[in-house]
Amino acid sequence: MAGKIAIIVHSGEMDKVYSALILGNGALAMGMEASLFFTFWGLQRLKKGALEKAPLSKMNMLGLGKWMVNRRMKKAGAASLEKMLQDFHELGGRILACDMTMQIMGVKKEDLRDDVISEYCAVGTYIDEAKDSTITLFI
Amino acid sequence: MAEIKVDCRGQTCPVPLVETRKALRKAAKGDIVEVIGTHPPSKTEIPMAVKALGLELIDVQEENGVWRIRIRK
Repeated sequence: MAGKIAIIVHSGEMDKVYSALILGNGALAMGMEASLFFTFWGLQRLKKGALEKAPLSKMNMLGLGKWMVNRRMKKAGAASLEKMLQDFHELGGRILACDMTMQIMGVKKEDLRDDVISEYCAVGTYIDEAKDSTITLFI
Repeated sequence: MAEIKVDCRGQTCPVPLVETRKALRKAAKGDIVEVIGTHPPSKTEIPMAVKALGLELIDVQEENGVWRIRIRK
């Protein structure tokens, strides 16, 4: 494997989660290792059934903006967030769930997508992953 | 040796790249993976991934906006 990418997914909006998953999948496809650390609003998207419910970060307009963007993405042949998450998992990407966010926001392990989560952990694990990474991002 | 076909026509970033990687992971050494698509940047990015993965790029062809990339694992 040539290099590694470690991304903190702090945001829970659709466009930002897309960015994180596209980058993660792109890195895996290029032969890199990849880890996504989901924390705060990002972690909310790992709750069961919550991934596709993410609003747009701008011009959401009570969901109208998101509906329009979704329609255009479908027309362009873009993958859904769920497919991207599954692909990321299938290609060996690691999904880390922030334990502190779980405590603060009252998220239980059984509320989360255990099918794709590799580890429930804290800052130490992220730093351990990031220190050897050639690309690190905060989204 | 098997020949695996991946059809990504009409799909955009990062699907062709990801589907290529998925097929390459499943392929055995010596197998040929042929990817067909229409997303223009993927035509140059799939060969980049092939290089990064240390695999052999057999050829890249394009006709009427449809490209065809062949890779040997």
